[in-house]
Amino acid sequence: MGVVPPPDGLTRCGDTAPGAAGGAGESTRRPDGVLKVTGDFAYASDLRHEDMLWGRTLRSPHAHAEIRSLDTAEALALPGVHAVLTHADLPAATHYGLEFTDQPVLADDRVRHQGEPVALVAADHPETARRAAALVRVVYEPLPVVHDEATATAPDAPVLHPDRDDHHAAHVPHPNVVYRQPVLAGDPTHAVAAVVVRGDYTVGTRDQAFLGPESGLAVPAGDGGVDLHVATQRLHADQRQLAPVLGLEPERVRLTLGGVGGAFGAREDLSTQAHACLLALHTGRPVKMVYDRHESFLGHVHRHPATLSYEHGATLDGRLVYVKGRIVLDSGAYASSSPAVVGNAASLGVGPYRVPHVAMEALALYTNNPPCGAMRGLGAVQACFAYEAQMDRLAVALNMDPVELRRRNALTQGDTMPTGQRVDAPAPVAELLRLVRDRPLPPPRPWETGDGVDPRALPGGLANSSVGEGIVRGVGYGVGIENVGFAEGFDDHSTAGVRLAGDRMRRGEPGPWRGNEAAWNAPGLRLVGGEVVTPRGEVLASLAEVLGEEAVERELEFRHRPAEPFDRATGQGFGHVQYSFCAHRAVVDVDIELGLVRVVELAAAQDVGRAINPRAARGQIHGGSAQGLGLAVLEEILVGPDGLVRDPSFTDYLIPTILDVPPMPLDILELAEAHAPYGRCGAGEAPTLSATPAIVAAIRQATRLPLTRVPVRPEHLTGT
Amino acid sequence: MEFLRPATWREALAVKAAHPEAVPLAGGTDLMVEINLDRRRPELLLDLSRLAELRDWRRESGTVRIGAGVPYRTVIDRLAVELPALAMAARTVGSPQIRNRATLAGNLGTASPAGDAHPALLVAGAEVEVASARGTRTLPVEEFSLGPKRNALAPDELIRSVAVRAATGPQQFAKVGPRNAMVIAVCAVALALRPDTRTVRAAIGSAAPTPLRAREAEEFLNGVLAEGGHWATGRPPPPAAATRFAALVAAACAPVDDVRGSADYRRHAVRVLARRTLDRAWRARAGAEGAPA
Repeated sequence: MGVVPPPDGLTRCGDTAPGAAGGAGESTRRPDGVLKVTGDFAYASDLRHEDMLWGRTLRSPHAHAEIRSLDTAEALALPGVHAVLTHADLPAATHYGLEFTDQPVLADDRVRHQGEPVALVAADHPETARRAAALVRVVYEPLPVVHDEATATAPDAPVLHPDRDDHHAAHVPHPNVVYRQPVLAGDPTHAVAAVVVRGDYTVGTRDQAFLGPESGLAVPAGDGGVDLHVATQRLHADQRQLAPVLGLEPERVRLTLGGVGGAFGAREDLSTQAHACLLALHTGRPVKMVYDRHESFLGHVHRHPATLSYEHGATLDGRLVYVKGRIVLDSGAYASSSPAVVGNAASLGVGPYRVPHVAMEALALYTNNPPCGAMRGLGAVQACFAYEAQMDRLAVALNMDPVELRRRNALTQGDTMPTGQRVDAPAPVAELLRLVRDRPLPPPRPWETGDGVDPRALPGGLANSSVGEGIVRGVGYGVGIENVGFAEGFDDHSTAGVRLAGDRMRRGEPGPWRGNEAAWNAPGLRLVGGEVVTPRGEVLASLAEVLGEEAVERELEFRHRPAEPFDRATGQGFGHVQYSFCAHRAVVDVDIELGLVRVVELAAAQDVGRAINPRAARGQIHGGSAQGLGLAVLEEILVGPDGLVRDPSFTDYLIPTILDVPPMPLDILELAEAHAPYGRCGAGEAPTLSATPAIVAAIRQATRLPLTRVPVRPEHLTGT
Repeated sequence: MEFLRPATWREALAVKAAHPEAVPLAGGTDLMVEINLDRRRPELLLDLSRLAELRDWRRESGTVRIGAGVPYRTVIDRLAVELPALAMAARTVGSPQIRNRATLAGNLGTASPAGDAHPALLVAGAEVEVASARGTRTLPVEEFSLGPKRNALAPDELIRSVAVRAATGPQQFAKVGPRNAMVIAVCAVALALRPDTRTVRAAIGSAAPTPLRAREAEEFLNGVLAEGGHWATGRPPPPAAATRFAALVAAACAPVDDVRGSADYRRHAVRVLARRTLDRAWRARAGAEGAPA
């Protein structure tokens, strides 16, 4: 927690809020935390069933190709193989998708990205399934690859989805544009400003890099339906997409959440779900599918790479007059959640600032690159890197302190967003910036210890590339605005829901509680680690026992304020339920000769509305900050102009290690959000936004380089 | 896939003679990854990890003989004084778990140009003892790597040990990777000062098809140091000479562009590391002898 006293009128999140024993505001551990650390947690990949078969997916080696022929005879003839399925074997609907039904369950006559599923095998051993998949003979005729905006929208560009019938199809400027969203405010055409800065920025493709690979176990049921145990983020969205593909009524497609090993958005789309169910229903046997890391990289959506062009106009005293921006996101071969990503990029694209005149445009393209979809802070992350770089550029042009420039333009409660939506909850943007700026700076030369040089504190770490040579320090700031929903999976609600239930039980709230009624009618009961405990510490029952099979219905009945779609032409509309704000200050040491970066400290300040579980809130901010660090200096899915992924492994797709993640001091504000239960506000996504631009700003200060692309690579810092 | 686990070194050599295609398995930190990721499916695996005689290391006159089964952890914990560059390189290998299992001989057997041990062995001076049912021979480490993933082992041969010359002066190893730990070298440099022979050795890793010594740079610097009487005075080589030396080390590179780094970056970084390792080693020598830095 922070060392700076909270300003008047603000409360600060503590370890234990007074009087909140067992309820909202008290830190508690995740019920599955110890199990995960000790290796006892059962992930979906650990699921087994008597008599189960192993499923395997054959995937396209090409980014774009016509399938000339497909022969499964040899694969089927291999002893131990129980089924080989192709597009021709699909029993019902052949396509699915989160927002558009544009993704084939198995490729028909064309593959649109590397790794697209072409055939399925079920066999009695995973090795047999692998060999059988290799025996499926597919003849491909490679097609020209669409890999960027120019190739996607050229007059003779191959149209990737010629039969589009989605509700955006009639409104897009080109059939290879998935969706386009302008946001217009004020009079951007005629707005003039004394100082103008322009910039073009690039955000590379990145991966969610969850650790537990995709896995599912489908068990055919006596009623002709199927029971699917799967690691997913959205059981209901899965079921909605699966039922038509399987040709079953939704009630005969029953999903159970398996142990999830991380998600960050990458489990919103289907992976093994339809394939495992199809194989199980076809063979009448339980079928398990688990991806290895290579298949996982090819088998789930990534974060949209983006190119962003911005023009900021301001007065000489640093007040923003206008922002014009264009954000091009690459959706890859299928739409996934691209419309939502586009909506966020456009509506949040000027950042947490008051801007009278705005002309934003965001769009997503269909290409033959790997499909992109949801990832923590979707759409807002890409925009934040660019608009914060622009704010720093503007500060330089005005010869003004970058925090002061941001403060002068900081959004606050009562201001209006470019979408016309009034910000009617706390928006402490200036305060968050002040908190990170006023923090004492870490000491210079942290590698110098009493015993000599500690290389772990230097760029390069134990690689010994520097023992102090070439090091220049930099400090940078970033602040972001993110929208918030209440969906599970974006934030750590795993304990929050339990905490709220426990809090109400403790207060003896009446409710449609089921199970052992005596347990919560007694006074002084607390909920500790998922168990109902008496004041003397006696465990009466687990929460699961108390609630029995029933959910806490009062909780489920909460509905957030309705949001509405943005106007197609102007982007006006009450589009977001809540906004969430986080600011970062990054301190870096850069080895300017080798282009290596060590983030020395990454301080954050965030308003979480109300920390139901302060430990979880801190964990979310730390995790989001580390993920932002990954985008700043390490993590990129490298895709060539041929649409092929160059680094589908953790050997080359580098995520931060403990030696890359610095101390991350936090200031957490709890400014209750009046429209949400307990005043809570989503905490998990905002920290992922501002960490990246803060780190890159710090590297810019150290190197004096413009750095318009993330991740920053050593080559960018050394001109090589 | 068949899994063979000989009980003795003799038996291992007999098995390898009978099945030259058998792939030796020591720490398994490369091979098991390849098998798990489906990149390699050898018909026969020859597990050497249980052979106690391979886990020995011992000091001989002026050298340290390291058995083929000795993991990096042991090099770091026990041999850092005699083999400083090798210990520095060992510290940069993978994670603690990997260093507990991975072996020096495995690094040679895999023959990746990015193997961390190679530049350190090249500057220290090392010989690889290889054996087969036919007998034993030793190879200078310079002659062991032939190309990416290719080495000088005959099909029936196994690595028995590596004899590394104990340091007589300061040694340095430095590598570059974009992450601060657990990273494959984008490039690496090792350097050794040998006051006994008044020579300098420099080697590079991950910047050419094989690890190699930068002989032209070595000869240039040896000449400068001899001519200027630097070994006697302890004065560091003139900055212009150090710069030229670093440029010559970089010129020895024949790097490629790949996902880990561009060829230009590798050349540039090798130059920077060559200069830094020389400066550091010379400083350490000056410090050790009380000579002016």
